[in-house]
This record gives sequence, C-alpha cells and structure tokens, in this order.
Amino acid sequence: MRRLRALLRKEAYQVVRDPAALLIAFVLPPIMMFLYAFAVSLDVEDVRVGVVLESDGAAAQSLAMAFDATPFLRVTPTRHREEVEDKLVSGKLRAFAVIPADFESRLLAGQGLAAIQIVTDASNPNTASFTANYLQGVFSTWLSSADNTAGSPARLEVEQRFWFNPELRSRQVLVPGAIAIVMTMIGTLLTALVMSREWERGTMEAILATPATMGEIIFSKLLPYFVLGALATAGCAFLAVQFFGVPMQGSFAALMLISGVFLVPALGQGLLISTLARNQFLASELAVLTGFLPAFLLSGFLFEIQSMPWLIQKITYIIPARYYVSSLQTVFLAGDVWPVFLHDMAGMMAVGAVFFAITLLKSNKRLG
Amino acid sequence: MATEIVITDLVKQFGETRALAGISARIPGGRLTGLVGPDGAGKTTLMRSLAALMLPTAGSITVCGYDVVSQAAEIHENTGYMPQRFGLYEDLTVIENMRLYADLRKLDAGPDGELFNRLLGFTGLAPFKARLAGALSGGMKQKLGLACALMARPRVLLLDEPSVGVDPVSRQDLWQMVQELVDEGMAVVWSTAYLDEAERCQDVLLLDQGRIVYNGPPRELTARLVGRSFLMTDIQGNRREALTRGLQLPSVRDGVIQGASVRLVLAEGAASDEIQTLADSYQARLQPTSARFEDAFIDLLGGGPGGLSAIAAKMAPLPPTDGVMVRCHELTKRFGDFTATDKVSFDVRQGEILGLLGPNGAGKSTTFKMLCGLLKPTEGLAEVVGLNLRDSPSEVKLQLGYMAQKFSLYGLLSVRQNLEFFSGVYGLKRKLRRERVQEMIEVFELAAILDNSPDDIPLGFKQRLALACALMHRPRVLFLDEPTSGVDPLTRREFWTHITGLVGKGVTVMVTTHFMEEAEYCDRVALVNRAQLIALDTPDRLKAMVADDALPDPTMEDAFIRLVERQNALEDAREHAA
Repeated sequence: MRRLRALLRKEAYQVVRDPAALLIAFVLPPIMMFLYAFAVSLDVEDVRVGVVLESDGAAAQSLAMAFDATPFLRVTPTRHREEVEDKLVSGKLRAFAVIPADFESRLLAGQGLAAIQIVTDASNPNTASFTANYLQGVFSTWLSSADNTAGSPARLEVEQRFWFNPELRSRQVLVPGAIAIVMTMIGTLLTALVMSREWERGTMEAILATPATMGEIIFSKLLPYFVLGALATAGCAFLAVQFFGVPMQGSFAALMLISGVFLVPALGQGLLISTLARNQFLASELAVLTGFLPAFLLSGFLFEIQSMPWLIQKITYIIPARYYVSSLQTVFLAGDVWPVFLHDMAGMMAVGAVFFAITLLKSNKRLG
Repeated sequence: MATEIVITDLVKQFGETRALAGISARIPGGRLTGLVGPDGAGKTTLMRSLAALMLPTAGSITVCGYDVVSQAAEIHENTGYMPQRFGLYEDLTVIENMRLYADLRKLDAGPDGELFNRLLGFTGLAPFKARLAGALSGGMKQKLGLACALMARPRVLLLDEPSVGVDPVSRQDLWQMVQELVDEGMAVVWSTAYLDEAERCQDVLLLDQGRIVYNGPPRELTARLVGRSFLMTDIQGNRREALTRGLQLPSVRDGVIQGASVRLVLAEGAASDEIQTLADSYQARLQPTSARFEDAFIDLLGGGPGGLSAIAAKMAPLPPTDGVMVRCHELTKRFGDFTATDKVSFDVRQGEILGLLGPNGAGKSTTFKMLCGLLKPTEGLAEVVGLNLRDSPSEVKLQLGYMAQKFSLYGLLSVRQNLEFFSGVYGLKRKLRRERVQEMIEVFELAAILDNSPDDIPLGFKQRLALACALMHRPRVLFLDEPTSGVDPLTRREFWTHITGLVGKGVTVMVTTHFMEEAEYCDRVALVNRAQLIALDTPDRLKAMVADDALPDPTMEDAFIRLVERQNALEDAREHAA
C-alpha cells in the first residue's frame, strides 16, 4: 500500500507539473467544443444558387420571389441559362433552378404537370443533395399554396422549419460527441505517452529494479489519469449545457458512470500501446492511428454508422468510442435510457477487458 | 567477507548475437569490483542480469543467495541498482525523488529522518533539496541517482557507468562516497570506461566479446607489464611525429602523448633498442616508467591501432600561415541574468590543439558553441580563420568542421546516404562530391557497412563515420565536442591517431573533453570554471602549477581538481568578505 501511495504521489506531481497533460485535459476540451459548436457544421446556409426565369408569367414571377425570399439561399436571378451554367462550372454557384417558358401553361393544365429543372454541382455530393432537396422543398411548398397566382412568401415559413433547423440540431449532436474525442485523447494518448516516457528516459529501468510490483506500477499510472479524465468530463458537460445550449435530458450521475466505464478501454488501449512501443514518438503515432482517428471517424460522432458499408459497420463494434458516443447522445438529448446504457457499457467493458488482458500478458519485470 | 554474487556459466543471447558467452565469477562483499571492457563487451547486459532485469539464456546467477530467475523480488529488496542513464524524475525535486525511492523500499525514513540527512550530507545535495532534478548539473544528477540507489542500505550495489560525462571534481566525490560504502561491507560493482578508475578498484572483471579475460586485482594485471612502459621526455622537435613513428615500430605495442612527453609500451619480450634509437633521433631522454592499468588493458586486448592516419595521408598539407586561426576576445554570453561565459579571451594558432576543460555547467559548451557559430555572443569578439562570426557566419562554417558529442548522424539514412548528405550540405560540386565520398569510404574502411544504418554499426565505425562527415569539405579548423565520451580506450586511440595526423597537415583543432588522458594530447589547455577562464597553459605547466611537497608529481586530473577548487575557495572567501 505504501509503495502504491508513493507511486501515486509521484504521478500526481508529474501531472500537475506537466503542461502538456494539463493542456490536453483542461484547455483542449473547451477549444474542441467551441470548434464543433461553431466552426464545424453539417448544415449548409447561405447557399449561392441561380434562378433562370425563362417565363414572364405571374406564376413564374411568384415562384422566383419565393426562392428569393428564403433566408438560406442567396439567389442570383437571370434570364439566360448560359450565364448560370458558367458560374456553376467556375464554382460561384452551387446549383441553379430553371423555370421554363412553358411553366405557366403546364401549371394551368394541371398541378402535377408543372415542372422546374434543378441542376447541382455534385462535386460536393452532400451539399448538392442538400441544395436539391431544399430547392424542391421551396417548389413544393409554393405549389401547395399556388391556388392564387400571387403566392405569399410569408406562408412558406411554416414548411421551412420542417426542413431546416440546422444550427441547433447539428450542434446538439456534435458537442456530446466532442466529449468522446476529448476523453479518447486523455485516456489513450496521454496514458500511452506517460508510460513510454518512462521507458525512454530510463526511469522504468530504475523502478523495475526496486521491490515495486508490475501491478503497482500499472495501477499508479491508471488512477491519476482516470481522475483527470473524470474531471475533464465534468468540465465538458458543464460547458456543453451552460455555453453551447445542449440540453441535458438525462442525469449527471449517469453521464459520469458511462464516462467512467469508457475510461476502462481507453486507458487499457493507452497502456497496451506503451507496452508495445517504448518510445514516445511511436506511441503517439499509434495512439492517434488506433485511438483518435477511429473515435473520430467510426464512432458515429461525425458519420452515421448506419450509412457505412457492412464491413465497416462490423468493425465499429471493436471501437470503444462507438458505444460511448451512443450513450453520450442519449444522455444529453434523450434522457436516462438504461437499456441503451447497459448495452453500451457492456460493450466498452468487453473491449477494455481484452486490452488489459493483453497488457498483463505482455508486461513483466524484465527488460528482455 | 561473504560472497554476495555467484555467476556460473552465464550465457545471454540476443537473437544471433551472444552478448555473454559463458561467464563465471564470484563477487565478495566489502570490496569494490570494477567491470571494464571495450564497448559492446557485454558490461551493461551483465549488470542488468545481476539486477534480475534480464533472464539468462543459460547458466545461473545468485545475488545475496537468491536466484535471479525465481527470486527476483528478494533480489530487488537487497540490491541497489543505478542504470547507465539513471531514471531520475526530472519533474520531481531532489527530495521528492529520494522520498519516492524510500517509499518503494518501505523504508522508515522521512524527509527529516536520519537516513535522508545522511544521504543529503553525503552527496552534498542538502542545499538543493527543493530543486527539480532536471535543473541539476550532470555531476549532481549522478550523485542524486546514487542517493536513490542507496535507499534501504542494500547489501549489493550495482553501478552502471556512473561517471560518464561527469567532471573530475564530481567524479572524485562520487568515488569517495562509494569507497565509504565498501568500507561498511557492501559489495559494489562499478562498471566504467575510465581505466584510471578501474585501477583504483580492489578487483576488476575485464570483459571482452562476452568473455572474462581477466579477473583479479588490477595490480596483478599491471605487474605483467613491468619493465615494458617507457617515457620519452625532453623531445627536441615534434612529439606527435615522434609518437607516430614510435607506433610504427614492430617492438611497440601501444603509445600515447602525455603532455610534452610520449609514453610507449613495448610488446612482450621486445627489447628497447628500437625506441632508444627513436629517442636518440629526437635527442630525447628515454626512461622506464611504472606501468598503468591502461597499458595492461590495451596489451591484453591485442594492442592499439597503428600510428598512421589514412585520411591524413591522403590530405595535402594546408599552406602554413603564421596567423591566428581562432580568436576570441572578451567573449561573453548571458542568458537573462545568468552569465554563462564571462569575458573569455584566447588565441589558437594554426596546427595547434587547444583543449577546453571545465566542470559540468562551467560554461565551456557555451564558449565552444559561440566559436563555431551555433550561438550568438552577447558581447565580445569571436573570429575563425580571420573572419568575424558576427558578420559572416556562413563563410566561417565552410572553413570549419564540427563533430558533436552524440555524433549527429541520421539513423534513418544509410551510411552512404549520410556521407552524401553531408557532402551536399557543405556545397561540394557533383564531381568533387563523388570523389570525396569514395575517398572517405576507402580511407575509413566503410565499404562493408555502407547500406547499414548508423544506429546498427559498432561504436568505432560510428565515430569514423562522424569524423568522415566532418572532414568532407577539408576544413581548416576542426571543432570536437566531447568526441570520445563513453568510448573505450581502443576506439579513442584510433580517433586520436587521425587527429594527430590531421594536425600534422596544418589543421587546427579545438576540443572539449572530460578525459584527462585526452587533455594530455593538447598543446594547451584552457580551463573554464564558473564562466571564467581560470588557466591557459600547456598540460605540463598546469600540472607544475599545483605541485607541492605532498604531491610532487600531480596528474592532469589533480591539476584540474586543484585549480578549480582553488578558484572556488577564493571566490567564496571574497563573497564572505563582501
């Protein structure tokens, strides 16, 4: 017990005096959350589109006005298709809509017959399909209110909310996800670095030659970073709710429990990496490749798992952050849904157990 | 005294290589056992095996009666171990480091307890209790390492090259501390590359290629050399040339420069006729001298390298100039409030070797770096080849070669690529570049290892490669920063053969070192202490400065220690008065 206390004290001093550890634990989280809340957005606003008015009829004019009145579009009106085509090619416009010359006559012939043409720049598929949907949405809204030819733009607002609630929605999903990224950094990267630092500086050799056991050495590494991780989670949750307007539907206790369980595989992975790679450079590379990137790309934080190819979907099951992101989004946005939490915690524990088993198998008190 | 360590037929294999090839020895308590041998002989592997950190491939070891394989925990309770790069936590203070090791051994000693005070007093670290270990000088770090290894009064103390990179003053302290422990009955194993240290051990284990080639008191080994060591004094003419010629004689086994004299060791059974003729041609006196452990060491390992440097032979002599090649005048460097170099002035003439010596943290590296253009002086003048470093640093750099302490080679490039890279850096034209690279490969015999990484080649080759890279552009001035730190005497001799050859061609050399034997090769030695130049003279005259009745024939190391302590005492007295 006394040896463990001594090692823990040493580790605590080191954390407090290591600017990098404090930076990752307390400065990085607010920056990350700020980025995900404001800079990274999956929504598109102020899209530049062209509207080609080939008909002079009142209905066509009214539809053009409806496009113009939409706050999320910046419309360049024109009468000639060639003009907007050039602008689309040069990237100045994302899309354009053509209201053809026979628009009026088809509209009068029957509602289903009226048509417009939408052309998008599909070099950015997300924005393209989004813009196409958007333009279509405006059109169908306009159609439904087009009994009188002078459709009022004001009435369009109602439908728009159905399509676009952009800012708020993506932020609410991204900010809880950012917590998973921060925790992966603390759990995996920081742990991998501090262990490999001991090997690199030769301190490990001196410690191994003392009566301290391998279990004591490993545990003394885990506890301080566990505490650091828990503190960082609490800080993140506070920021999310207070400054980024994310609702907290579930309980704080549930959040801390889930985060605590997530630290098991995260720390385990960090330990395993540093057992295999005994220098800091290699350890950080491995931590980023096997910890940070999967947490970023395959956890469902940025990209929906359901829309991934089958094989990749299966791979996500061995990534602890996948379970964590799912529980985080639930606890913030939906509430304490225990079946989801229990399922996710079981997943995290299972992955963590594998990491720890390999680590213990690989570490002994010998140099080689 | 009881036998504390028993090694029986120990073999340690790493893949294909046999680091230890069947070693048997017994190490008693109450004695200091030195572990010596050339680089790669297996010293560190043996140390780690004794500390139960490595399992033997075959054979067995018991330490304090415990088996290293099955009773590692008991061994860790009873031994203190100080690895080569001691694991001090640089972000913990002195006292925090000590407390950690005390707690790890469950010692009933608090920071105010008796053991702590004893160790702090013993190591002289008491005034620095609250300082971070990372901010200590090299010598103090080693002492703290020793203090940590000494927690819990171990029965066996294992020290792996504790004195590498430590200045003579701190080394003397370290030595005395360990001697006290031995007197208390502890078994101490001290591995070292310094043979003067080995000479002072009670027993030595001499390791070569994984085998013990000698086991016993150093005196007995040295006794084999009686009548074979000679000193050539009062040489009229060039002593370096005399050494080169001496080393070519078939009857000579080894030779070094010792101040103004040349020390020669005869081969077994050889007569002294040849060296007498040599001495006569320089109107020098030849006198027998007492054998040193180093003479015996080199003899046992098959003699030193020859006296001719292939690179110097290839090189056209530089046109003689009577000018000064390196000059500094009132050179000063301040980092904030701290003055690292304080008004240092000296000149180095062409073809001279100037040694820059001083304790750890005295400011010699700073001075050195300013002279080769790596640091900007705060005040004062620094000139190389007549060019001011402030005005034309890049022209100066084309005239000088620099070899850093750690050899600064690129591990991810092959040996050939390193050579090509450095030839490119110095701006050699394509044809010349190919010629020079080819020449270096031939001269330094690098052909067999061209495709290897510098990390994987033996230390001796690494040193040759580093020297080759520094000489690619035929510099007129060569800067060597602790070029042989941690290198064994054989490799060191080969290195100095090249330097001697180059100086013969008119190259000027500036060197920093902690090896006092190396200082003997210098024409003049500049001693730096507390940022100031405190002495600048030939090695022999520096020694004469400290000679007195108690010590009529001081060594270079004695001179170093006394001159430094003399100035420290003077300054401290002045501070007291003020």
